[in-house]
Amino acid sequence: MPTRLSATRLAARLAAKELGVREVAQAHLDRIATLDATLGAFLTVDPDETMRWADAAQAKIDAGEAGPLTGVPIAIKDNLCTAGVRTTCASRILESHVPIYDATVVRRLREAGCVMVGKTNLDEFAMGTSTENSAFQVTRNPWDFDRSPGGSSGGSAAAVAAEMAPLALGSDTGGSIRQPASLCGIVGFKPTYGRCSRYGLVAFGSSLDQIGPFARTVEDAALLAEAITGHDRRDSTSANHPAIATQALKSGTLRGARLGVLKETLGESTDPRVTQGVERALDALRAEGADVHEVSIPSIGYGVTTYYIIAPAEASSNLARFDGVRYGLRVEGKGHIGMMEATRAAGFGHEVKARIMIGTYALSAGYYDAFYLRAQQVRALMRRDLEAAFQDFDLLVSPTSPVPAFKIGELTSDPLALKMLDYCTIPANMGGFPALSLNCGFADGLPIGLHLMGPVLGDERLLQLAYCVERALPDATGRPPLP
Amino acid sequence: MPISLDEVRHVARLARLDLDEAEMLALQGELNALIGHFTDIQNVNVTGVEPTSHAVNMNNVWAEDEADDPFARDSALRNAPMSRAGLFVVPTIIED
Amino acid sequence: MPEYVASVGMEVHAELMTRSKMFCRCPVAFGGEPNTRVCPVCLGMPGTLPVPNRRAIEMVLRTALALDCTIAMRSVFHRKNYFYPDLPKGYQVSQYGETNPLGYAGKLEIPASGGGYKRVGIRRVHLEEDTGKLMHLPAGGSGVDFNRAGVPLMEIVTDFPPDITTPDEAKEYLAQLRQILVYLEVCDGKMEEGSMRCEPNISIRPEGSETYGTKTELKNLNSFRSVQLGVQFEVRRQTAVLDHGQRVVQETRGWDENREASFPMRVKEAENDYRYFPDPDLVPMVFDEAYLESLRATLPELPLAKSRRYQEVMGLSAYDAGLLVADRDWAAYFESAVELGGDAKTVCNWMNGDYARYLNESGNTVGSGNVQPKQLVELTKLIEDGTISGKIAKDVFAEMFRTGHDPRTIVQSKGATQISDAGAIGEIVARVVGANPDVVAKYKSGQTSVAGFLIGRVMAESKGRANPQLVRDLVAKALDE
Repeated sequence: MPTRLSATRLAARLAAKELGVREVAQAHLDRIATLDATLGAFLTVDPDETMRWADAAQAKIDAGEAGPLTGVPIAIKDNLCTAGVRTTCASRILESHVPIYDATVVRRLREAGCVMVGKTNLDEFAMGTSTENSAFQVTRNPWDFDRSPGGSSGGSAAAVAAEMAPLALGSDTGGSIRQPASLCGIVGFKPTYGRCSRYGLVAFGSSLDQIGPFARTVEDAALLAEAITGHDRRDSTSANHPAIATQALKSGTLRGARLGVLKETLGESTDPRVTQGVERALDALRAEGADVHEVSIPSIGYGVTTYYIIAPAEASSNLARFDGVRYGLRVEGKGHIGMMEATRAAGFGHEVKARIMIGTYALSAGYYDAFYLRAQQVRALMRRDLEAAFQDFDLLVSPTSPVPAFKIGELTSDPLALKMLDYCTIPANMGGFPALSLNCGFADGLPIGLHLMGPVLGDERLLQLAYCVERALPDATGRPPLP
Repeated sequence: MPISLDEVRHVARLARLDLDEAEMLALQGELNALIGHFTDIQNVNVTGVEPTSHAVNMNNVWAEDEADDPFARDSALRNAPMSRAGLFVVPTIIED
Repeated sequence: MPEYVASVGMEVHAELMTRSKMFCRCPVAFGGEPNTRVCPVCLGMPGTLPVPNRRAIEMVLRTALALDCTIAMRSVFHRKNYFYPDLPKGYQVSQYGETNPLGYAGKLEIPASGGGYKRVGIRRVHLEEDTGKLMHLPAGGSGVDFNRAGVPLMEIVTDFPPDITTPDEAKEYLAQLRQILVYLEVCDGKMEEGSMRCEPNISIRPEGSETYGTKTELKNLNSFRSVQLGVQFEVRRQTAVLDHGQRVVQETRGWDENREASFPMRVKEAENDYRYFPDPDLVPMVFDEAYLESLRATLPELPLAKSRRYQEVMGLSAYDAGLLVADRDWAAYFESAVELGGDAKTVCNWMNGDYARYLNESGNTVGSGNVQPKQLVELTKLIEDGTISGKIAKDVFAEMFRTGHDPRTIVQSKGATQISDAGAIGEIVARVVGANPDVVAKYKSGQTSVAGFLIGRVMAESKGRANPQLVRDLVAKALDE
């Protein structure tokens, strides 16, 4: 069944013409049609558009120009602009918005010959940890339909875990790729800040956002990362570096690799099943010769606070362009001010409004120094401490999420509790470090994610070691109980 | 220091959000819960620490002053809620 | 009633003469159909990002250097957050802070009313982007055109406390600043097209008082004259307000060109908490001395320095020097001519006199005019060595302007060489004196002024070519016999 195959295997079969691109695309569209009424991973599926991508990919294969991912289906988070295809950010304010340009990563997917099967659900404007903040629908975790797939890239994670696509793109500001990957038992990778162009990603926290891959294997994730990363002149913050290289992906070893386990992430707030799962995995890595030690970096405890000042502050400014003038929803009001106020009140969901409010407050006169400026200073301290740790360790390790997938609706009454779930993933965004989550075990049938973080620009080494970790944990591979 | 309802109103105005009383109260509660947590960074010693204003260690990223072809007007206006004679149309400007 | 002293701060916005916009590569031009020079970036569409225009940064740096500013060796862009229909992103990318703007703590010297020069302190020179344009629609509502959105804008603000104290000084400051911007080729200075905008703020205080008064800001001033009249109006209006024992309201006022009066626009601006923070999408600008030196090397001699040099070294009047430096090419022409050996004052008179008039009448610029500096100098030499008279020279010049030919060629073809041969003139004098005995008689009886008639007859007979001084001498000599 083509939908069970990894991207790598699919690409090989397609290049060898054992399978046709349209055939593979149709198989995935059929699976979406079967499962998505329940799972709710997709906001937009346009079979005609999919077949246009498929035909372009087939042409490449026929011309002998197949690349490592040509013909492979991919789901795209709905905050990435796709020209001519509705892009909503899961918000009413963009419910009918059709971009007139492609995000750089989308352009690169076309060049790689991938085949877009649809746009996936997310927390509105990427603000959330459960995909429950989508204005349109709930996404369910393929491992247990009553549970959340995590957020904000819940739709992309669920799509890949449920084999509706072997690959997906998400975005990560405080953990929005890695945490859903963890809750859905798959691989999610956030590159070093600046390695993947943000041009075309609807901005949330500009100094934190990165686009990254979802896949069921490290190899697949690495190949997708290679396809989408590399310098882009349209993004001033784009690092002056080439794409992430994969040729050394499989030539690493855990022998002598220095792994630092972040003490602060295995305390009382962490579900004991998660702690146990992580520790068992670490034992397996030790058996492979890894040098595993505990390391304490207390300043990462400030991560949630600094994140919930900096990200909303930047977001409050980034979302100011949604004013009903040039695109998106417009609601009439008295004069231009009334129109803007009514439009934004009707168009934004509650969580988005809350973040805009806290962000505006943190930047406002009288509070800027105490909140925004101070948060940026503490952020600098965190980064410094983590950079120092990378002098002694190749990777810093922790659980990705302190809890396995929680029930839908369980945490929505306590927004603060949901935010606290980010404390393992936030440090990577604070310092721009590359980080990855992969499955390391199960807690009562629910996936447990292991979080690996590397130094800035250490993406290749991180992926190489992640590949070894994946091989050292064969029991951690599994598939949700789906047809 | 907790945020008052007046301040919530003021911030909502700055952010151009027309909130009803129920929303204002709910948001006041949530903001206060968050602000309560912000105190944990107030006592951190940040003397001499440069704020991270930029996430990358790069300077001087510039483009050459060459003009490209602009986008066609009809695609620029395609998503406009209201347009006429090539212009984006908005309600009459009322200064408050 | 007490005497009041006025204080005028000047805020000038200059659109930079780049080919493309500040953060995207849409073309920059004046006029045209609305929304035809736009793209997702300058329309603020979701997901777009800014990339700064290198030339715009250089233009601001060169201006800051020309205005004697300190350059911020590390400078960042900030976001200025507010909502308005002509502001695509809901924030304007600008620069904030005391020592963060590209240039700060500079100065501009202006000619002072009593003679000499006055120093006007400049607080900041920074770089930002322009907004779109709003226009009222007859059918109701407003229309927005984003062609102008994202055009690079340079903001220049004078220091506080203000150095400018009169409407004349305000106008002079604006004129000097505009001249510098045009010389540097960073802005075309066309206030009527909106490429240069000025918003003065005006306050008055009783003479001797240390406390500055409440200031009002003036907008919609579309010419130098409006600026001068506007400042003057505000000073008078505020004086009347204070004389009546009332307080000046801090407000923004618009200028009505027809009524030549200001009117209140917005009552309060208190809501504008711009929440400036460094723009995370734009990396810092960092400069070193070598780079600044290379920019300094590109600065031309500025108009005021030129004017002073023409006055002090070449002895021209302030008025004449001012006319010469008004246009960079005009000054360059003058300097060429002087370098080729022309006498400064003589060249100046020809330029500011006949040449300027002919150019104006024919709608030409000095670049498209027919007379080269070399030819003008040659003409002045021909007068100097007596080959032609000053009067003939004017005709020759007219011909030079018309045809572009050398003066020598024209003089020869016209046979217009001045007659300076005493013998030849003496013959004509003798003839004329002989033919007018009654005039001679009148002269001898005491009416000495009739000599002019005889001089005129000699000049006419020589077809204007006789050396006038020689004619005068010889006629006088003949009459005295």
